[in-house]
Amino acid sequence: MSAGAGIPVWRQIEAAPAPRAKREKLETLIVGGGPVGLTAALDLARKGRRVVLINKLDFITAGSKAICFSKRTLDVWTRLGVGDPMVEKGVVWNLGKVFRGDDSDPVYQFDLAPIKHQRRPAFINMQQYHVEEILLDALREMPNVDLRFGHECVGLKQNGECVEAIVRAEGGEYVVETDWLIACDGNKSPVREMMGLDFEGRVFEDNFLIADVKFNKERPVERWFWFDPPFNRGQSALLHKQPDDVWRLDFQLGWNIDREACVRTENVAPYVRGMLGEDVEFTPVWYSVYTFQCRRMARFVHGRVIFAGDSAHLVSPFGARGCNGGVADVDNLVWKLDLVLDGRAPASLLESYNYEAVVTADENILNSTRSTDFLTPKSETSRAFRDAVLELARDFPFARPFVNSGRLSVAVNYPDSPLNAPDEADAEWSGIAPGAPALDAPIRDGWLLDRLGDGFVVLTRGWRGAVEGARVVDVDELGDVEGLIEARYDLQPGGAYLLRPDQYVAGRWRKPNVDAVAAALARAKGRKP
Amino acid sequence: MSKLKTAPNIDKPDDIYEQLIRVHEGLSEADSRRLNAKLILLLINHIGDREVALEAIAVAGRGLAADG
Repeated sequence: MSAGAGIPVWRQIEAAPAPRAKREKLETLIVGGGPVGLTAALDLARKGRRVVLINKLDFITAGSKAICFSKRTLDVWTRLGVGDPMVEKGVVWNLGKVFRGDDSDPVYQFDLAPIKHQRRPAFINMQQYHVEEILLDALREMPNVDLRFGHECVGLKQNGECVEAIVRAEGGEYVVETDWLIACDGNKSPVREMMGLDFEGRVFEDNFLIADVKFNKERPVERWFWFDPPFNRGQSALLHKQPDDVWRLDFQLGWNIDREACVRTENVAPYVRGMLGEDVEFTPVWYSVYTFQCRRMARFVHGRVIFAGDSAHLVSPFGARGCNGGVADVDNLVWKLDLVLDGRAPASLLESYNYEAVVTADENILNSTRSTDFLTPKSETSRAFRDAVLELARDFPFARPFVNSGRLSVAVNYPDSPLNAPDEADAEWSGIAPGAPALDAPIRDGWLLDRLGDGFVVLTRGWRGAVEGARVVDVDELGDVEGLIEARYDLQPGGAYLLRPDQYVAGRWRKPNVDAVAAALARAKGRKP
Repeated sequence: MSKLKTAPNIDKPDDIYEQLIRVHEGLSEADSRRLNAKLILLLINHIGDREVALEAIAVAGRGLAADG
């Protein structure tokens, strides 16, 4: 289709013909078939909902997009049954190293998985198109999913009852009347544009060259970051492994550059050789230049149109907070939407999506902004502090935690969420607070998170109270073989946690009773306490 | 309540002041800036108290407004 002119193709998807009816009625329309839209579709479909997803292009795009997928994202995909193929395809890594100047020893290194004994690693790297293919394969297995590639949303309006979207496909336009529309249509979101909505924040005056190159040379599977390396003086650089012998190389370029010249093969080669060695034999995969931005919409829920992923918020990429933040959005949204569609929760529950997803976006933007300020100091004094940190870090351990080459994505907590039940007045807890995600731990024959599933769960040790709408999972029956559930949850005999369908803690009790747990469950479903 | 000590708290202030000036002698502006930054970071870590550090940052910035 002409819509995709100039965009590199990874794999063609057969364009779906326009439906015969010129008007159709749906409960949910997902706009956008990237990792966020596809994850939303899979989550909804697994809950038994009929899902229609439209995507403007009729192919999966190649090019340089997201590559780092966090443990939390992997936990979500594991819940959705696609964790294994992701980890099998991806490159697992935990260790990051930071170098400075000509020094071949790192000034600082960090292990991203300080909490061991969990099923999934801190991160995997893989090209976004592999993620999309794995999600698409899973979706194609589901009879209640209708994937329409080559279908573009070209107009929409809403009243209090529904959204009316005009969709253009080969063979003509048609109208979708849908209860809810989830806009996962990326940073330039046509849905956002058509609704005339805001998208505010900062553009940072810096450019980065992304060079995805293929070479066959043994290197450690670690994230390497350089400040002021000999091959990019005064700037920074990053090296990351992807599957299929593809590596992601990032080079900071500064602000006033000729973007077209920067991506010419002959201009990229010296950077690549500088980083990897003069003798390296490599082939270009994709070269591009990007500019940092940190911005978000003021609200993500607009009537019956709900924004998720890059359409709602953008961050600078050092921290892997873009795609992971988007998956967090739909992980948060889908169970709520499912309850609302069933009438098991009031539509106002979706306001808690707006609240929690905004908290997540703000934390991601805060971290990305701080990293960017460290990478791209905006004043002489800011540069002096940055360089002071790097100088001190070599000799003094205290300075190393100040080194900020990107704070990598971890699950965001919502300590003040309206869905959280407060702890008992007299209870002292370590463990996992309401508004934080469940942690994994080994059990007798597998992993705890696998047993939590995607409904409400009462996680207990021996409490026998029954609460309608929540399944009881007893730790003592699972076998807390390493004692790590007790340690991580501070869960004593007779105690209980209430977990949400997205495996976040809704409440916890030293001495649970049915009324308290039922009230917390109602509260987590958006009913006033 | 203020945790930051603002009453005199160090012996022989003239000695310390002299050392502060002397360590910068002959340095370029950029190196001086970096030195000061290192000094601040060393002291903040030594103090080890976020509240005190944040209060000191606020007090130091008092009365100084950003241009346009």
